[in-house]
Amino acid sequence: MLKYANPTNFLALAGRLIPWLAAATALSLGAGLFLTFFVAPDDYQQGSSVKIMYLHVPSAWLSMMCYVIMTSAALGTIVWRHPLADAAQKAAAPLGAIFTLLCLVTGSLWGKPMWGTWWVWDARLTSVLVLFLIYLGLIGLWQTIEEPAQAARAAAILTLVGVVNIPIIKFSVDWWNTLHQPASVFKIGGPAISGSMLWPLLIMAVAFTFLFLTLHLMAIRNEILRRRLRRLSIDAAHAEEKSEATA
Amino acid sequence: MRSPLSALFWRELRIARSVGGGGAMGVVFFLILVSLTPFAIGPDLNLLSRIGPAILWIAALLATLLGLDRLFQADADDGSLDLLLTAATPLELIVLVKCLAHWIATALPLVVASPLLGLTLAMEPESLAGISLSLLAGTPALTMLGAIGAALTAGLRRGGLLMAVLILPLTTPVLIFGVSSAAAASGGTVPFHIPMLILSALSLASLAGAPFAAAAALRARDA
Repeated sequence: MLKYANPTNFLALAGRLIPWLAAATALSLGAGLFLTFFVAPDDYQQGSSVKIMYLHVPSAWLSMMCYVIMTSAALGTIVWRHPLADAAQKAAAPLGAIFTLLCLVTGSLWGKPMWGTWWVWDARLTSVLVLFLIYLGLIGLWQTIEEPAQAARAAAILTLVGVVNIPIIKFSVDWWNTLHQPASVFKIGGPAISGSMLWPLLIMAVAFTFLFLTLHLMAIRNEILRRRLRRLSIDAAHAEEKSEATA
Repeated sequence: MRSPLSALFWRELRIARSVGGGGAMGVVFFLILVSLTPFAIGPDLNLLSRIGPAILWIAALLATLLGLDRLFQADADDGSLDLLLTAATPLELIVLVKCLAHWIATALPLVVASPLLGLTLAMEPESLAGISLSLLAGTPALTMLGAIGAALTAGLRRGGLLMAVLILPLTTPVLIFGVSSAAAASGGTVPFHIPMLILSALSLASLAGAPFAAAAALRARDA
């Protein structure tokens, strides 16, 4: 395991893994979408608009999982000051922002026919919106600080401060009476959702997780290469300065 | 011979008073924000008295943020931050003392001014007392959260705007419970002490946690 903490070994591993992960993403996403549109039944109340759930719920899970992964990478940055943790952190922020946006947009599209409104200011929606804003703030912080190691430590601190929001999102539907329905899959006493809908949902969740892992690995690889390019251009500039000084 | 921390405390207060009138300017900004709102939504006194606590809290939030970008920036510019970083006194305590002085110089005047401004918004006496108490209990959390943002963005160009983007989402709970305790003071279904206790808890938790985050952010500046 420790062997892959070396960025060069990690690049080799990522290069081997990415095609497999991409294939797994394509397979599971294809199967999930097929099940969603042709196998999963319509809801007796909601009709076919219930199918938005198969996009909405997995992107909501991924928006939080991405933050948890980013938090563990932030710990790696603070404790070990490891460049790989920096890259994992930086790569996760835009992905998390996209999944959160996807969750908000699909939820809004689902809310219009079901609740009769695009948006309500209830606890669940507001806390997910705050998560989205935290992601945007982190992206802004990454773009503002030029020195990568320094940007990584600043982003890590903000990530660790913002992690208080994750339990608030998870439990907001239990703590407050909201329009958003409470948890129905991961709850004590087993899922309160019919198997004919649960299986497509779980397969879509697996597909989204594979999609995230593929994109995350690719983004980490890009970030490592970008850092090397930066290093090389700095070295080249130094070498040029030296040769000019001697000439 | 004064202890380093009290020397720092008085230095911060002197700077806040002399440079750009930090505290007074915050109150003036607060006054302008509050007096702009009736122009935007119309001078309907019933409406104003209903949303008065919200206006005052939003204005207080923005006025607190306004001064915060100078909290570490000025010290980073003139190099005194490097002296504070190398000092024997723990950086966490230094951050706490700076925040305390900053709170006294900028947030306390807002607390004092808020009932007067509340009068112009046709708020009831109970509501005026409620808004002052909720601001007194809630603004420490705003200052401490802001200190994290100020430490993260110290030494950056255009740090002020970035600081607001980083910190404003995190202040949502303070705003929610601040406004709800002010609203609960003038009647409502929730007893006054419940949102007030949560607000105080938020302030105490940020007082305990934020100095560590801000100090870590200040140390992270030099790679």
